[in-house]
Amino acid sequence: MLSINNLAARIEEKEILRGISLDLPAGQVHAIMGPNGSGKSTLGYVLSGHEGYEVTGGTVSFEGQDLLAMEPEARAAAGLFLAFQAPIELPGVNNANFLRTALNAIRRARGEAELDAIGFLRLARAESKRLGMPDDMLKRNVNVGFSGGEKKRNEVLQMAILRPKLAVLDETDSGLDIDALKIVAEGVNALRSPEFSALVITHHQRLLDHLVPDRVHVLSAGRIIRSGGPELARELEANGYAGVVGEAAAA
Amino acid sequence: MNQSLRNGADAFLQRYQGLRARLPGDLALRDAAAERFAADGLPSTKGEAWRYTSLRGLAETAFQEPLVAVSSNPDLGEAVDGPRLVLVDGRYQPGLSVLPEGVTVTTFADQPDFGRLPGIEAPMVALNTMLAEDGVQLHVAAGVDAGTVALLSLAVDGHRPVAFHPRHSLHVEAGAKLTVVEVARGEGAYLHNAVTQAVVGEDATLVHVRLQQEGAAAYHVNTTFAEIAARGVYDAFVLTLGAKLARTEIHARLMGEGGAVHLNGAQLLGDQQHGDITTIVAHDAPGCASRQTIKNVLSDHARGVFQGRIEVARVAQKTDGYQMNQALLLSPHAEINCKPQLEIYADDVKCSHGATVGELDADQLFYLRSRGVPEAEARAILVRSFLSEAMDPIQHEGARALLERAIEQWWERRPA
Repeated sequence: MLSINNLAARIEEKEILRGISLDLPAGQVHAIMGPNGSGKSTLGYVLSGHEGYEVTGGTVSFEGQDLLAMEPEARAAAGLFLAFQAPIELPGVNNANFLRTALNAIRRARGEAELDAIGFLRLARAESKRLGMPDDMLKRNVNVGFSGGEKKRNEVLQMAILRPKLAVLDETDSGLDIDALKIVAEGVNALRSPEFSALVITHHQRLLDHLVPDRVHVLSAGRIIRSGGPELARELEANGYAGVVGEAAAA
Repeated sequence: MNQSLRNGADAFLQRYQGLRARLPGDLALRDAAAERFAADGLPSTKGEAWRYTSLRGLAETAFQEPLVAVSSNPDLGEAVDGPRLVLVDGRYQPGLSVLPEGVTVTTFADQPDFGRLPGIEAPMVALNTMLAEDGVQLHVAAGVDAGTVALLSLAVDGHRPVAFHPRHSLHVEAGAKLTVVEVARGEGAYLHNAVTQAVVGEDATLVHVRLQQEGAAAYHVNTTFAEIAARGVYDAFVLTLGAKLARTEIHARLMGEGGAVHLNGAQLLGDQQHGDITTIVAHDAPGCASRQTIKNVLSDHARGVFQGRIEVARVAQKTDGYQMNQALLLSPHAEINCKPQLEIYADDVKCSHGATVGELDADQLFYLRSRGVPEAEARAILVRSFLSEAMDPIQHEGARALLERAIEQWWERRPA
């Protein structure tokens, strides 16, 4: 599904990713953990094509395509979705219209028929109900006046409607209470299938109790310094990052 | 005075001497206007009122009189449904018009009425007074809800530059209601220099929506004088999309207690277009409200101008005035000039004004694109959301839909 090879990137003059390699097979969920400033969010932005980051080396292949050569909208049409850590507010843009525009743009790019307003609303209402979101969130402006938790749930709602092949969740768990956390985890679990993969960027193990990863990678100073099974997340929670980071530095 | 402005003014004065004997209405008033225009000439950027808008290009164009015989079946294009009054090259066309009910319609050519405001102090108004040949005069009797009337102006003489100076009057008596939706379109290089007098009676409402879609080589100058009586409402919106150079100047005078005026507008300009919205709101009575939200979307080398003056007289206590001008610059070469002016002589008033200039937000653009929305469409969505604050107060669904489609078309012709 996703194959990252020796990826390096910087923002302005600052090197952030210093050679990341990672293979994410179809059907798997991988977690990326690491201390603040290790490059976790940068990885998400680089994968989705943010212009603020300059790729200085390496390759990324997504289902055999050269992901780094594609525009952000083409990446979305190919099936990539980034759940933002800090979702952007769009004043004057109705949430339902936004979602429908996005869904139809993706369907168009894939050569599928567009969904009309009624068909879309039926889908959106069903998905928002499943995620425990009030109906009026569809009528409000995108993320404007949303609480932190509502913004995160709105990201999960977008993911549920756009049905990506690969979801990158950038600290979608931060700032969520335990109920919201479960909803987010269920949102991802509902999409799990042999054709769906997820890269879950998180600071804490908490989310991984509900969204059990196949692999856990520890990122530090722009490199993956350790990979392991789900037990690695628990080890980090027990011993902190300092131990793992220190070990890697000593090695 | 600048020589080209002088020559341009002289050409109009010569036109007046040639036409004078055939023009309808009060010749003494026309002569006074001509005298004034001869003295002042075309407005210059050296004066305060036209500081940001140069008429040199207009002055250097040799305009001619439109031909009387016009195409019998021009393409009217889209407007609001219902009754419509059509002017072609500034002349009323009964054959193309559908008269409204509840409104008395006369033409300036038949019953010339220069109105209560001779308005010869402003040069472009003096020019209109001097050369006006036709126009429509709408009168709604007290208490009548007259619905909606479309007013279409077409310029069809695309082969040579023509100038026309229509003189309109909109009079809504006490307790009456009228919505006028004006559309201006055309082909070729021409000058459309209109003057409109709007009189809103006590408890009356005049909704005045304008869509300016003139041809790319046109000059569009439009001056409106509105007088609003007690508890009357003048609710105006102007959308400027067309013309090489456009100036919409609105003078609104709140003359009775509890009146309200809304002067909202948007200009979307590209290429070398120049769009100027100038407003003068006079609060001459207590307890009146004025609201102005103007949005500018400027690309390429376009230049937008907003000048807004609010005058609050000593008697106009409890005045509530608000003015906001915002610009979105889509190109590093686009430019906005903004000049707000508040002159307040009363002591118990609430008046605020503001201005912002910005570009499209890169984070918002990326967010939309990351959801699969192509860049051009994402830009269009963000521009529409920028415009929504000015567009949202438009209650008339047909007018609003007309403007939204015009914006859509503007955007399609101009991929970001």
